[in-house]
Amino acid sequence: MFASTLTDAIRLLAALDHRVAEIVGLSLQVSGGAVVLGTLIGLPLGACIAVGRFRGKAGVSVLINALMGLPSVVVGVVVYLFLSRSGPFGAFGLLYTPLAMVVAQTLLVVPLMAAIARQVVEDAWQRYAEELQVMRFTWWQSVTTLLHDCRHSLLVAVLAGLGRAMSEVGAVMIVGGNIDRATRVMTTAIALETSKGDLPLAIALGIVLIVLILALNAVAFGLRHWAMRRYG
Amino acid sequence: MSGRPGGGAMFPIRIRGLRHAPNGRELLSGVDLELGDEGITVLLGPNGAGKTLLLRALCGLLVPSSGTLDWGGGARPERGVMMVFQNPMMLRASVLANAVLGLKPLNLSRHDCSSRGMAVLERIGLAHRAQDSARQLSGGEQQRLALARAWLTSPRLLLLDEPTASLDPSATAEVERIVREIRTDGTRILMVTHNLGQATRLADDIVFMSGGRVHEHTPARRFFSRPQSDEARRFIQGELPWRMSF
Repeated sequence: MFASTLTDAIRLLAALDHRVAEIVGLSLQVSGGAVVLGTLIGLPLGACIAVGRFRGKAGVSVLINALMGLPSVVVGVVVYLFLSRSGPFGAFGLLYTPLAMVVAQTLLVVPLMAAIARQVVEDAWQRYAEELQVMRFTWWQSVTTLLHDCRHSLLVAVLAGLGRAMSEVGAVMIVGGNIDRATRVMTTAIALETSKGDLPLAIALGIVLIVLILALNAVAFGLRHWAMRRYG
Repeated sequence: MSGRPGGGAMFPIRIRGLRHAPNGRELLSGVDLELGDEGITVLLGPNGAGKTLLLRALCGLLVPSSGTLDWGGGARPERGVMMVFQNPMMLRASVLANAVLGLKPLNLSRHDCSSRGMAVLERIGLAHRAQDSARQLSGGEQQRLALARAWLTSPRLLLLDEPTASLDPSATAEVERIVREIRTDGTRILMVTHNLGQATRLADDIVFMSGGRVHEHTPARRFFSRPQSDEARRFIQGELPWRMSF
């Protein structure tokens, strides 16, 4: 049974099944959008915490680290409450749209990316702080300089965010609704097709998911390796 | 380098009773020193004498426990004081980008930064490596680049903390040439070194420190021919015990 399921899954992929292509395309859009937003919010946030000197810094760092393990279904429910008709943003009609899924995934990846960025930037800040202070860098100039200097290491944060976004199922299921041709992404489709007994499609999507994550990691590894050789 | 900030207003620098005693451990024990507006002053003394702490106090990295730092009758100027560290940081960027780093707070145009950066790289002999990674430079080249970075900001006072500590003789000579050029350009230099040969080559005057105090401040020639204090005499003869640095 396993062999025949796998064969069928590979046949689906080889035939470039339009259902698979649609679902993969939407997954990439949703997760890609969340990672772009997460990068724009999470990395500067982590760097600001690393460089900033403020009361409660240790508490904020602990909180950010703790939020890395935020259950996705909890995020899903919270976003659902905010976007539902009776919620504060209900008027925008975002529930069960890809945008709602982007919002939920962004909330999931921001703490993860911020926590990694904080650690990476804080290490660099300990090495550079005195010289930047002597050069009279402002707080924000220090943040941007360190973010740029740590860019290769911060790729890990982006990859971690991408991994979390692409493999996440709970939040997007709640706020997206897993609607065919509208909000169905790889993870929700895999869950649904498995429960329906359509294992070849579930396996095909699983293969695509794993190959995509592997390919993105390989590209990132290559980029980082090249950059480390180029800039040290 | 042009556009010197601070003018002559920051001199003379008068240090009175400067004391630093974190957790009750006295590292600076009442430093008194006066620095005029030109020349190269070399700080000599055994490890743990407080030389680097004095530099750090001057550039604002250390808040002393007590004592006063008077900059030409006023407070420390916002700009015009730079420090080059023993192991200067090099960003993961090109030599040119590292050279112009100190200009970032001035918000100059990219073109202006670039042309100033290339000019200073010409003067330190690294223009041909402007686009290379700064981290691929040798130790001597990195130290020259750190000097260029400081020089580009046209400081009135440049503090150098053992800039040739781990360099070979030819790299040391290059650094010394650049230090002389910076001085000729009108920058007051205060430098820590353990290299007595270097002190004789560069110094106009010597400040000898030991045990967190200034024991002697005399013209370089007199210091090496007729040191005033017993500590200085023993130091020159290599008899003063070397202690662990802080």
